[in-house]
Amino acid sequence: MDSSGFCSPRNNAFPAGLRVLVVDDDATWLKILEKMLKKCSYEVTTCSLAREALDLLRERKDGFDIVISDVNMPDMDGFKLLERVGLELDLPVIMMSVDGETSRVMKGVQHGACDYLLKPIRMKELKNIWQHVLRKRIHEGKETDGDGLEELHMMSQPEYCNDYYSFSIGDMYSGKKRRIDAGSKHDDREYSDTSCIKKPRVVWTVDLHQKFVKAVNQTGFDKVGPKKILDLMVVPGLTRENVASHLQKYRLYLSRLQKDSALKDTSFAGVKRADVPPRDPAENMFLQRPIVVPQNDDRNGNCGTSRNESPVHNVNVKIHDAGIKEVALGPVAEQLKALTGDDSDSKKRNSQCLSSNYSFRLPSTDITLADYVPSQYLWTTEYPQIQCKPESISHMHLDNKFDHLSPKVKIQKNEQVNTMPASSYYSIGPANRKEDNLADREFQRIRELPQAESEVNLFTIQSESQLSSTQQFGQTPSPTWTIRNGSSFAGPILLEDLEFAHRNIRLSSGSALSSEDKESLNNVLQGVHQPINVGIHNGESFDCFDPAIFGAVTPLYESLKFDYEFQFDSMEYPVLDQSLFIV
Amino acid sequence: MDRNQMNRQLANMRKALFDQGYLDEQFVQLEELQDDANPNFVEEVVTLFYRDSARLIQTMDQTLERNPLDFAKLDNNMHQFTGSCSSIGAKKVKHECSQFREYCRQRNGEGCRRTFQQMKKEYAILKKKLEVYFQYVRQVALLK
Repeated sequence: MDSSGFCSPRNNAFPAGLRVLVVDDDATWLKILEKMLKKCSYEVTTCSLAREALDLLRERKDGFDIVISDVNMPDMDGFKLLERVGLELDLPVIMMSVDGETSRVMKGVQHGACDYLLKPIRMKELKNIWQHVLRKRIHEGKETDGDGLEELHMMSQPEYCNDYYSFSIGDMYSGKKRRIDAGSKHDDREYSDTSCIKKPRVVWTVDLHQKFVKAVNQTGFDKVGPKKILDLMVVPGLTRENVASHLQKYRLYLSRLQKDSALKDTSFAGVKRADVPPRDPAENMFLQRPIVVPQNDDRNGNCGTSRNESPVHNVNVKIHDAGIKEVALGPVAEQLKALTGDDSDSKKRNSQCLSSNYSFRLPSTDITLADYVPSQYLWTTEYPQIQCKPESISHMHLDNKFDHLSPKVKIQKNEQVNTMPASSYYSIGPANRKEDNLADREFQRIRELPQAESEVNLFTIQSESQLSSTQQFGQTPSPTWTIRNGSSFAGPILLEDLEFAHRNIRLSSGSALSSEDKESLNNVLQGVHQPINVGIHNGESFDCFDPAIFGAVTPLYESLKFDYEFQFDSMEYPVLDQSLFIV
Repeated sequence: MDRNQMNRQLANMRKALFDQGYLDEQFVQLEELQDDANPNFVEEVVTLFYRDSARLIQTMDQTLERNPLDFAKLDNNMHQFTGSCSSIGAKKVKHECSQFREYCRQRNGEGCRRTFQQMKKEYAILKKKLEVYFQYVRQVALLK
């Protein structure tokens, strides 16, 4: 059965068949409740001990829909059980007690109880418990809105299962990467940690990453350790663990870059420095896009805590301006420094946003991720052939939007787009749809994309939760992707991106991509195994944001969530509104 | 006695239990839960209650004999017991329980002991009455 639980046959007559776990040390009540619930046509399992209940729940991760528990129990405090269940399993929990004292009830609610019933409990009260289940599902669904992706993921990673929501994309990618790379300790740890306990994920915002990079550079890339970085960064709430894993990814990323830059020297002929706007976001090698944080540099939208949210993860998009090729070829650290250094000009946020919103650079960008992300993704928002609907055309929007954000960033028309052979784009989905065309075309071209091409469309990928919750997807810009072949980054990134892309594709409810597009996109992603980040984002602020850079970025920043909204004032990303969310 | 008479008597017995405050609405809930799948549900529950709560009463008895009195423990146990009583709708017993808890809060050992005895009395009376009642219920059922 899938995580939503709505698809299994048992749920056809929902709420009949609702799987309830009742926990109460009082044998009499247990018997009565069991009978009552059975009368409601629910599937009942009884338990007289809290520990027993937890074991049962953990054993059958997806075996229950709701838990009803007494507050007073001999082996474990009911509130503790409530917490555990909520944290680990994210199931709705109803508390029961003979004591109706307000303070107790409040405590229950504070600990996350969906409801607090007073004994003696009436049948009618139990009859309504399905509403809590439904409510939670809807809530979750809205935020993540990634059922398909979820399923996709779950299929490929069965262990994720119910904990899917709690995983940040990064987690998934970590897991995947691990599989491919024979993983890093950190990833493993993170992965396993998060698999049993949801932890709020740290979202590496551009700003945070900058701090990180600065700290790294200060010490010396090779000698630096997470502790030192953490100390230098001075970010409250950030743990050594967070830094360590980030460092790991960063190192991998850099090594990949180096490897790639060596190979890629000639492949990006098309990149012209001249075309690069002065404040090329490319300066920011790593773009992190905090998926959420609107304007909050240090905020890490953290979706980890709320189960419902899709992981907000920064997508590190490395936007490498074509012109900075030389930089790219240099020592990585240096490059990074250069990149980060340049950011000081513009408003940090803006530049970061911008860089992260590389997409804003849109079509014009000659960003050659290629250097870093050799032909990973090229997003061409302004793809002539891509007829994004005007409303949804990101670059239009972006242009306007970004103008105020960062005057330096110029969004140039992407002439190169035109030069790209049509065959070089790989299309996602049916090409007849206007909005879809972008993506479609891009995808189609991906395979044959000439190496020289270096258009980059930044794509904003929004986390599912964000998309659904904040976006007004009136327009769903279809991401235009251009995936280049031959990228040496293909490895781990691909899978991650793939995952991510899947996820994102699923996300946007208002996405321009129709479900079929998404589907084909998914297929493409799967088949192609290319890192494709489809930013399905409809939002005024970000249209075709191009995570093309993902290729390079993803290794380091697993989540590709581009959320440009944060730049513009709070788009309602619920997750985004939290700063470094680490619990 | 013919069936109608027995039925009437049974109804009267039942009514008296409610009128005299021995049972409350919860008992009706239990009756409503009774069905073909569980034809003796109410009696089963009551039996379970008495069996289960006997242990609790014994614990509280022992706790009350200690000196000094552990009011927290007593209160906790009584809280548990109250929950159990509420399961069958033992109204009078419940009342004594609240009294007991009140004395616990006041740290009134004497009050606690007194109330506890009272509670046990009510507990026993109800048990007897219900035993008779269920006997009658079974008899009437046999007649059908």
